[in-house]
Amino acid sequence: MSTEVRADRPAAPGGEAPYAIEMRHIRKAWPGVVANDDVNLTIRKGEIHALVGENGAGKSTLMNILYGLLKPDAGEILINGQHAHISGPRDAIVRGIGMVHQHFMLIPVFTVGENIVLGREPVENGDFYDRSEVDTRIRALSDEYGLHINPDARTGDLPVGLQQRVEILKVLYRGADILILDEPTGVLTPQETHDLFAVLRGLVRGGKTIIFITHKLKEVLEISDQVTVLRRGKVIGTVRTKDTNEEEIARMMVGREVLLRVDKAPAKPGAAALRVEHLTVNTEQGLPAVRDVSLELYAGEILGVAGVEGNGQSELVAALAGMLKPRSGRIWIGDRDVTEEGARHTRHAGLAHIPEDRRGAGLILSFSIAENTIFGHQRDAAFALRGMVLRLHEIYAWARRLIKQFDVRTPSEETPARALSGGNQQKVIVAREMATQPKVLLASQPTRGVDIGAIEFIHRRIVEQRDAGAAILLVSAELDEIRSLSDRIAVMYEGKIASIEPPDVPEERLGLLMTGGGGRQTHPAAS
Amino acid sequence: MAILSQLLQVLVSGDFWQLALRDGALLALPALGGVLSERSGVTNIAMEGMMLTGAFFSVVAALSFHNPWMAVIVAMLAGGAMALIHAFISIRFRADQIISGFAINIAAVGLTTFLNAKLSNFRGLQQVDPSGRLPTINVPLLDNIPFLGQVFFQQNIIVYVSLALLAIANLVLFRTRLGLRLRAVGEHPEAADTAGINVYRLRYGAVIMSGLLSGLAGAFLAIGIANIFNDNMTSGRGYIALAAMIFGKWTPWGAFVACMIFGVGDALAASTGVINVPQYFLQMVPYVLALVVLAGLVGRSTPPAADGIPYTPGGE
Repeated sequence: MSTEVRADRPAAPGGEAPYAIEMRHIRKAWPGVVANDDVNLTIRKGEIHALVGENGAGKSTLMNILYGLLKPDAGEILINGQHAHISGPRDAIVRGIGMVHQHFMLIPVFTVGENIVLGREPVENGDFYDRSEVDTRIRALSDEYGLHINPDARTGDLPVGLQQRVEILKVLYRGADILILDEPTGVLTPQETHDLFAVLRGLVRGGKTIIFITHKLKEVLEISDQVTVLRRGKVIGTVRTKDTNEEEIARMMVGREVLLRVDKAPAKPGAAALRVEHLTVNTEQGLPAVRDVSLELYAGEILGVAGVEGNGQSELVAALAGMLKPRSGRIWIGDRDVTEEGARHTRHAGLAHIPEDRRGAGLILSFSIAENTIFGHQRDAAFALRGMVLRLHEIYAWARRLIKQFDVRTPSEETPARALSGGNQQKVIVAREMATQPKVLLASQPTRGVDIGAIEFIHRRIVEQRDAGAAILLVSAELDEIRSLSDRIAVMYEGKIASIEPPDVPEERLGLLMTGGGGRQTHPAAS
Repeated sequence: MAILSQLLQVLVSGDFWQLALRDGALLALPALGGVLSERSGVTNIAMEGMMLTGAFFSVVAALSFHNPWMAVIVAMLAGGAMALIHAFISIRFRADQIISGFAINIAAVGLTTFLNAKLSNFRGLQQVDPSGRLPTINVPLLDNIPFLGQVFFQQNIIVYVSLALLAIANLVLFRTRLGLRLRAVGEHPEAADTAGINVYRLRYGAVIMSGLLSGLAGAFLAIGIANIFNDNMTSGRGYIALAAMIFGKWTPWGAFVACMIFGVGDALAASTGVINVPQYFLQMVPYVLALVVLAGLVGRSTPPAADGIPYTPGGE
């Protein structure tokens, strides 16, 4: 009986296995934007298929259509060769499609078990939630795929890597054969990414098909079998990973040659521009965040700060920028002690700050670009008569100059910042902060959520600032960014600087230091 | 000293606790409604209006049918209809839920005052005769237990109903699949939706439940306690229930404990004959308690994460 069933499956060696998914001529438009324009996507059974593209290229729209969260305006979907009408996630789940969302769809106050079974809960005596059955089933699932987890743990208490494991289990519990993973590595440490890839390979061996959405080209090459590139809502092409390379994929994504490597000469460090001694900072809630950090930042160098987010980087930068008062320790810019000064005077001492929270701290979204370009300088004589009345003519002229110099794509300088894309918003901030030729530049996540083209541009500008003699502190969650830009790398772990490493330090060592391993020997030679 | 001994005398009397439990159970109904609605993610401050509407229509129905059960059904439907408006505005139109609730409270005062004048030709509706009143049930044998018998077993039927509903709601909310889904919808509707749960249906259901329960409370107040309709007769009880819901951290039993505190306050206010302090001071007690409880005693009371946030499928 069972052998007959197996024979029915068209899995004959050498024969053409049917596609797991075929999306044909998919179109989805919103007023003013075509998110998907005649998109065709074919996914083979048992492959890891990477879907790449810049922000707004239409990757998420396409996957939301496949998962039933959005309805396409036109086009058809075939699953395992069968026409499928998917009008909601429920339909997608029934057809064996599961999605691990970029922002976890987990309820922090629920247990792991409750999150996994939600929507398909085992019940007893009518409608009573059957906890022991939940535990049994999850344990079986954990054993089958090697994804171990305590079903009774409170989900919100788990580290991000384990929460993602819960998401994957959730999808497997629903019997998914096709897993969509939306930017799954964005929040993971290198070690967690490594573990995730091992899990994905195991799932494929177990017969699953995986669609992997990402913008990290290295990961595409490492994990996928096929790559489909989207640009502005259209499919640019599908290539076998074996036959391609980072440069080609980047070119397909952006539509022109992209310089992935940052060209820079060796640093010529000068005098210390920023000195920090025994700095201790608490979060706004009063929890210790930075513990006894001392460092020197030299003119003409880029010091990268690596670390898993939440290890004190944000508070360190906030304290240096004068936005958060340190509990103890001292901060000097040049030979001026700015520990007690607020953001305004710290800026006068020559510090510029590209904040991590672009929309919250970097811009006022409803203000025009011109107004946004003078923040911090609104009292300067150049922009305000007696520091009171704004000189609009000068401000607009200034804004127009920055827009040109920094290649901000905008209809005019009077356009509200809200109307710009993320990359262009970031360019406005970068322009404002670099235009004053700062002595010290704090760049916090300067390219987060920004397209490859804009990343290239911002990286080049940061190196230019360095070469012009600025001392730059670069905080980034992207290890590649840290490694390609920095002249020295400081690793933060639990509020302390675990080590200072040379830029060519192996990634494995960085990963180890970021998670508290690797000892705490420093390399003074690297300075 | 005289006041203290008078107070003690009140606190050991069966009458006092009988009254406190009655008022606590009355408040527990709209409070439970609020718990259900907000657990599903719809902020609900409209219990006051839904209760008042229920009170009015229960009297109208009792006067015409001379049957308290018909009156209860009509009251619950009236409260449910008000809740449906709130649900429609909040869920379908994604409007601000505080504004919607506030509008319902104001509209309920206007509607009931107007209809009261209109139907009675400005004299006010008559008193409900005994055939239309909700009965008090003395549980045989148990009602003879000294003190406890009077407090627990000589109560209006709705008191028993209210306590039973609290127990059932607690069980449903925390032990069943339905409850798990309802809480999921209130914490993280996207997560529930992607798990194939119908967010809108659960939210509509929970909000309408809050209206049915508030309407029931209105009927209890009008044809179980007062036996007449007076303009704006709920006089803030819906808001007190709201405070009880928050104080009780959005759980049925927590809300009930808070309702009992207010019930005790109510009973104190009714003890003016025994305690020698000005009547108005005693009547202030429940409201002062509400303020104190909300300002200080509550501590960190975290609402469901998606409470008050309209849900739009697919983000944006």
